[in-house]
Amino acid sequence: MQDLSLEIQFERVALDFSIQGRNKKRILFINFVIYKDLRVEQNLQTNCISLFYRFSTGRMGEVKVIGSSGSVFCTRVEWALKLKGVAYEYIQENLLNKSELLINSNPVHKKVPVLLHDDKPIVESLVILEYIDETWKGYSLLPQDPHERATARFWAKFVDETCVIGSWQAMQAEGEAKARAIESVQELFAFIEKQIQGKKFFGGEQIGYLDLVMGWKCHWLSAMEEVGQMKLLDQEKFPSLHQWAENFKQNPIIHEIMPPQENLVNYFQGGLNYLRSLATNKG
Amino acid sequence: MAENDVKLLGSWPSTFVMRPRIALNIKSVDYDFLEEQIASKGELLLKSNPVYKKIPVLIHYGKPICESLIIVQYIDEYWSSGPSIFPSDPCDRAIARFWACYIDDKWFPLLRRLVVAQGDDAIKAALYPVVEGLVLLEDAFKNCSKGNKFFGGDKIGYVDIALGCFLGWMSVTEKMNNIKLLDEAKIPRLYKWAGDFCADSAVKDVMPETDKLAEAAKALLPKIRADASS
Repeated sequence: MQDLSLEIQFERVALDFSIQGRNKKRILFINFVIYKDLRVEQNLQTNCISLFYRFSTGRMGEVKVIGSSGSVFCTRVEWALKLKGVAYEYIQENLLNKSELLINSNPVHKKVPVLLHDDKPIVESLVILEYIDETWKGYSLLPQDPHERATARFWAKFVDETCVIGSWQAMQAEGEAKARAIESVQELFAFIEKQIQGKKFFGGEQIGYLDLVMGWKCHWLSAMEEVGQMKLLDQEKFPSLHQWAENFKQNPIIHEIMPPQENLVNYFQGGLNYLRSLATNKG
Repeated sequence: MAENDVKLLGSWPSTFVMRPRIALNIKSVDYDFLEEQIASKGELLLKSNPVYKKIPVLIHYGKPICESLIIVQYIDEYWSSGPSIFPSDPCDRAIARFWACYIDDKWFPLLRRLVVAQGDDAIKAALYPVVEGLVLLEDAFKNCSKGNKFFGGDKIGYVDIALGCFLGWMSVTEKMNNIKLLDEAKIPRLYKWAGDFCADSAVKDVMPETDKLAEAAKALLPKIRADASS
């Protein structure tokens, strides 16, 4: 139950329960009262008052995430769980030597991320996000309106199928091919710029499903730009998208799990070097 | 004109267009079917789907929804009082979404490669992975159907719609190339499911007859081949 806890030390305990608690009890040296999702504990020995707020309602169960650090698809799952206030165990996977747990949980694709909820595997990051939203109530990831939900799903699919791959290709390309690839990606970004104009987040006033999917535009895209020696998210061309990225990064939950850009630079540089060495060996 | 202003931009031979048509039938929703010409894209299509310029597009009260599976989910959520296309349990819903993703992202490209293949060697090479995928889907059917007629249980659901729309073209491909995709010996459950799916009241009026589709295929294949190689 406890997700957010605050302990306050008082010199003298003179606690006035102003909350009309339904359950007032005394256990040993602890007075506590429970009112809806708030529980207030007064410890008479330590003069300490603790507030516990149940951040989300819904089936908790045992939750694990099998992931790989630096993977944007895994990070978006962690962001979703944190926004929902769901506690989970993170299991780091070595993708060069895949574990039996991963292979058994995702026998079709053998990929991360995998969400294990009471040992039941859910795979594919967008499928996992919808599962998290449906299972744990409270904070909403997807909008309520069916048309807005369809719009969010459409742009999520668009980003995953075109922008991420396009940026990776632009990162690898050289010379004229690079210039053409950059132009292609910026045409894709122009569609998304229109979607965020006039809004703080794609989800409106709070971060939602589409923001989590777009999250790769922060450190991951910056890392690709650095490694590929290119500028894709040009602030002048895409002012709204640029501002969105700043707003997004500032959220404490997002910030807490965002991998450092230097790590991603190393990851992408390593990937690029490997691909170039393959090309050299072939030719 | 449909009472609640539902239009569907599509084309009768298209597998992806069939998906929202089946979903609208399940929900007993009347709609105007606006046939798009394959050779040239109409203004309404270009305006409604500027990103991909592809069918199907559902236009509901003037608002476009694109991508066939997203349209099916929209139909299920908007007309929520009708028979459900998705299961109610979140875990079953996730499994349904997973298999629909698999069908579109992994299996359909293999099927398309088979449909456009020319020459015995190319056809044979393209056939094996498609059948392998169907064997995997046979296993998925066993787990999802829980002994019932469809992936969705006793009625057609999301995965049935996602896979079933390809049955017409699979039949045409089998006849054109003298091969077997729905082999009763290899995939008995899917073989039976195919018959049940095509006979369902929500499907039978939108599933094209094999002969009619085969005739249309002769004209469509050059364009499909060109698109596949680009």
